[in-house]
Amino acid sequence: MNAFWIILTGSLVATCCSLLGCYLILRRMAMVGDAISHAVLPGIVIAFLLTGSRDSVPMLIGAGLLGVLTTFLIEFFHRYARVQADAAIGVTFTWLFAIGIILISVFAGQVDLDQECVLYGEIAYVPLDLWITSGGLSMGPRTVWTLSVVTLLIAFFIIIGYKELFLTTFDPAFAAAIGISTSLWYYLLMTAVSLTTVASFESVGAILVVAFLVAPPATAYLLTDNFKAMLVISVIVGILSSIVGYYLAVWMDGSIAGAIATVTGIAFTLAFLFSPTRGILLRQKRVQGVSH
Amino acid sequence: MILQVENPVVEVHDLTVSYDRKPVLWGIDLTLPAGALVGVIGPNGAGKSTLIKAMMDLLASSSGYVRIFDQPLKQVYNRISYVPQRESVDWDFPASVFDVVLMGRYGKLGLFKRPRKADKDAAMEALEKVGMQSYADRQISQLSGGQQQRVFLARALAQNADIYFMDEPFAGVDIATETAIIQLLRQMRDEGKTVIVVHHDLQSASEYFDWVVLLNMRLVASGPTEKVLTQELLEQTYGGKLTLLSNVGDLLRKQEFPAREKL
Repeated sequence: MNAFWIILTGSLVATCCSLLGCYLILRRMAMVGDAISHAVLPGIVIAFLLTGSRDSVPMLIGAGLLGVLTTFLIEFFHRYARVQADAAIGVTFTWLFAIGIILISVFAGQVDLDQECVLYGEIAYVPLDLWITSGGLSMGPRTVWTLSVVTLLIAFFIIIGYKELFLTTFDPAFAAAIGISTSLWYYLLMTAVSLTTVASFESVGAILVVAFLVAPPATAYLLTDNFKAMLVISVIVGILSSIVGYYLAVWMDGSIAGAIATVTGIAFTLAFLFSPTRGILLRQKRVQGVSH
Repeated sequence: MILQVENPVVEVHDLTVSYDRKPVLWGIDLTLPAGALVGVIGPNGAGKSTLIKAMMDLLASSSGYVRIFDQPLKQVYNRISYVPQRESVDWDFPASVFDVVLMGRYGKLGLFKRPRKADKDAAMEALEKVGMQSYADRQISQLSGGQQQRVFLARALAQNADIYFMDEPFAGVDIATETAIIQLLRQMRDEGKTVIVVHHDLQSASEYFDWVVLLNMRLVASGPTEKVLTQELLEQTYGGKLTLLSNVGDLLRKQEFPAREKL
């Protein structure tokens, strides 16, 4: 049963991250996902200090606000201070993450958190933190419930805003010219990334979140030329990586999150080598085929 | 030679646009007539693209206002279409030609609604107009420059707008595409649409446009082509750029002795 809960947790995180990651990599903003996943730390700590509990809702709100603040700061430094986009990202998230670490160390006695947990997570403990109803009924791990709700929200967001997200990602100037607000959809997307990050951080940690945000979408990008197919393939790659990664970790008796992230990297490498359209080994044939 | 018109479709009043507090467009007062094929012409860095972007509110202006169909822009979004510069998007994006053309219908659809059959028909019809119907399922990364430009044009046509802003639609396209595009633009004008085109080739300008706007950070001239494309006004626009001035000379000679028949 533990294996089931762990794989389910990994798969839910993989689903949210892979879906959102498709938009991030096509906007050339994959590293904004990285930044958000680290910069939400002070939001989590402050929410914890204010409420005194590890309840999910205040933490989601705290992290969501910090995520939007992060994207806003990155935009602000880039646009108004004329700092390069990657420099703006680097300055913003290291600074916010550092504030989170200071808060944790200063309030160490009151905060049941540590930065190791935020970075690496501990997916193996997921089955231990059960949601027990007042009647004493066990409903399964709490994280799975939180992640299921977040996954549904993300899926709902992408279904409702499919057209707008697609258009503002492909051609923001045209979108703005026909009256679709590019900044609204940008901030909605970034809020979704923040929610996903914070819902995942306890279980899988920021590093696996980044791996899921980038590697499955990049793999899918190499495998298809159709955006809807890219969304689906990237979710499949994410889920398969969770399953294979779990058994790899059991076999090696090593870190589960580490093994899953490794498998996402292997999936990308395979696509890079063997993709029928863009893989370096098979692409040669196609070019010859087209230029006959 | 700045001619203001009665009942303009586009009215630009005292428009100033700055990048980093450095003005790139100064006090533009401009009105454009309905049903005209308008060329916006000037040297590199004259602010041609900036002007049409500011007209559509894609760039913030430091002063002035723009009214289209005598209304603020926000109320006429679905009557306006835009063909951005081809290089402004990533053509490796996972999308088909049809996906891109269908985007022209998004503005009218609004949130929650998926494209219906009528929208798909309109997109297909637009593809036929640019002669690309057989490419509907083609991946956009497999298109040539001219085909990319036709796809962008088809997307704008699918919108069925009343006013079209086009940023360098003739840049880097083959001659067949250029001819096809100009014929299409003339057809649109004849249907009463207003088409505003950023263009940098002086030689074809006199042939293509009914109305010309000469721009070099300030508005130099705006009026019917034959009144605006004069040596004096062109020198004012391109002033000091000698290589360009010799081109102007070429142009004027060609005007006297047309090298090719008007299309």
